[in-house]
Amino acid sequence: MYVAVKGGEAAILATHDLIAEARRGNEAVPELAVAQIREQMGLACARIMNEGSLYDPDLAALALKQAQGDAIEAAFLMRAYRTTLPRFGSSEPVDTAQMAIRRRVSATYKDLPGGQVLGPTYDYTHRLFDFALMDGASPVAVPAAAADLLDATMPRVPDILGAEGLMEAEEPPEGDPRPFDLTREPVSFPADRDVRLQAMARGDEGFMLGLGYSVQRGYGNSHPFVGEVRVGEVSVEFVPEELGFAVDLGEITLTECQMVNQFNGTKDVPPQFTRGYGLAFGHAERKAMSMSLVDRALKAREFGEAAEYPAQQDEFVLYHSDNVEAAGFVEHLKLPHYVDFQGELELIRRIRREREQRLAGEIQETQVQETQDTLPEAAE
Amino acid sequence: MTLHQIIPGEDTKPAYNYAYLDEQTKRMIRRALLKAVAVPGYQVPFGSREMPLARGWGTGGIQITAAIIGPDDVLKVIDQGADDTTNAVSIRRFFERTADAKTSEATDEATIIQTRHRIPEAPLKAGQIMVYQVPQPEPLRKLEPRETETRKMHAWAEYGLMQVKLYENIARFGEVTTTYDYPVDVNGRYVMAPSPIPKFDNPKMHMSPSLQLFGAGREKRIYAVPPYTSVRSLDFEDHPFRIQSWNEPCGLCGATDSYLDEVITDDRGGRMFVCSDSHHCETRRADGHRGAMLADASALHLVDDKQAKDKVSKS
Repeated sequence: MYVAVKGGEAAILATHDLIAEARRGNEAVPELAVAQIREQMGLACARIMNEGSLYDPDLAALALKQAQGDAIEAAFLMRAYRTTLPRFGSSEPVDTAQMAIRRRVSATYKDLPGGQVLGPTYDYTHRLFDFALMDGASPVAVPAAAADLLDATMPRVPDILGAEGLMEAEEPPEGDPRPFDLTREPVSFPADRDVRLQAMARGDEGFMLGLGYSVQRGYGNSHPFVGEVRVGEVSVEFVPEELGFAVDLGEITLTECQMVNQFNGTKDVPPQFTRGYGLAFGHAERKAMSMSLVDRALKAREFGEAAEYPAQQDEFVLYHSDNVEAAGFVEHLKLPHYVDFQGELELIRRIRREREQRLAGEIQETQVQETQDTLPEAAE
Repeated sequence: MTLHQIIPGEDTKPAYNYAYLDEQTKRMIRRALLKAVAVPGYQVPFGSREMPLARGWGTGGIQITAAIIGPDDVLKVIDQGADDTTNAVSIRRFFERTADAKTSEATDEATIIQTRHRIPEAPLKAGQIMVYQVPQPEPLRKLEPRETETRKMHAWAEYGLMQVKLYENIARFGEVTTTYDYPVDVNGRYVMAPSPIPKFDNPKMHMSPSLQLFGAGREKRIYAVPPYTSVRSLDFEDHPFRIQSWNEPCGLCGATDSYLDEVITDDRGGRMFVCSDSHHCETRRADGHRGAMLADASALHLVDDKQAKDKVSKS
């Protein structure tokens, strides 16, 4: 009874100690350093940077450590920190055509300028345990191919198609306004593409993957080809007002995916390919690919296609892809609800009582009727 | 309202602004609040910030409180009517930490009362501000999932769907089966979600001398009921709105007019009913009201009645 809620403060403080103890685990095992997580769990850090909407590998690693590897909890830590940071401006648009390529594959051309660059990928590993890793300290083979073997120019595949006029052109909206910032302003619907891409970039990888998959399986009208997936470093430039020219702030790792989709054209527009676009921090191919599938699906309205399926509906996708919000609301069910539950208890008891009384009344009535009906027969 | 930036120490831990939110954000929220007060019951979209507490755990209410609290305020935080529910404790600690807030469990002392799921039993006074935590600000959401549609329905005051739903309840069950978050008509214009307070509390909103503010952090909406505004629970002439009632009084303080929580006392069907408003119950016990089960509960140390008395007499 009241004892369950009294002393809440002491109990809360005790949970903090317990979580610290659980996080540390067996003290006979050396503690993880944040730098180890950053260097050796890079893909996990990339996911945290994406869903936490903050490019900072060190903080992502710290978040993972603090959250015991819980990706959503780690993203939450990132966001709660990010929201307190001052905004001193927007960078210049990054140019992924100038990316220092680590990996670049196209499914639409056998060969193309710059060639196919497999780079670091699990794609062709056999998923067999490498038990040598269990013992630690595995020797690292130095890859033969160095970056300077790559071509200097790696044009983006959609640009090649665009030169032929076969790819849907993408122009910035009139006046090229600053993109919407959904962390500072409320989203309204129908949402424009800048809002949609932003929401998907921070959306849950699993949710985006499921939605993208649903489009492929027929819950959406999509026939995609991977025009290109590229992973590498781009430089971020910023123009300080007092200088008036761009200065280089540093490099970030990005994964970009451009899907090529069919489009039948309309009376005014000749048949052409349409684009699905995905961009993610770090090496995050699955996320970028899923995002590009859903991006194309969400363009249904622009192309006059019926928006029948979840992946085509911006309200559905945008409201439900945010895993920090979703986790908060799902898990708030743990909070006490006994006031509301008491209301339901009172109602259901009363309705059942009234129902029983009614049924009892009906039975009596039928019994009375039966007696009345049967009496004359008995008399006969 | 004064601002005091917490000065970063030598090994600079990141410093937070007074009441956590930066002043620009507070200004944005205050603007939304002013609009909400000007149009009672209308849901004002606002740039809800990501908070260090989870969505669905009161981030809307916390943002409103952070935007209006000042050093002179006394804050009371309740969840399910009680000051000592874990999340209420957690939110109170948040403001003690970030805004150095003076807090109280006494309803009449508080200038700001942040609440989840209840309105205190003691009548509120002019000058007090109620801040409700709202999970779903849209009263029509369960009838129409699309925001684009529900906004139109509000704009046109097209509430037929809600009336039909209430009617269908009555046709099927003989009464409206909504027991909490029972929709209300505010100022004769907007249908509004009162947040998941039991319908027992709805009448307290009507013509309340206090200012009532509603924050939905995850859904990014703020709305308000200004003091002395009509708040009518939707009903029909032949099926008037009615509130919950209990067959027995509070087991601890004997109150017959408060909202009661049911407490299971053993595994043989034993139960007792106690006030959900813990401060109300303690005040009554301190005033000498004694419920039938108070002696048992005290003997089992389930209620520290002496402490309750001390607390009230001190305040």
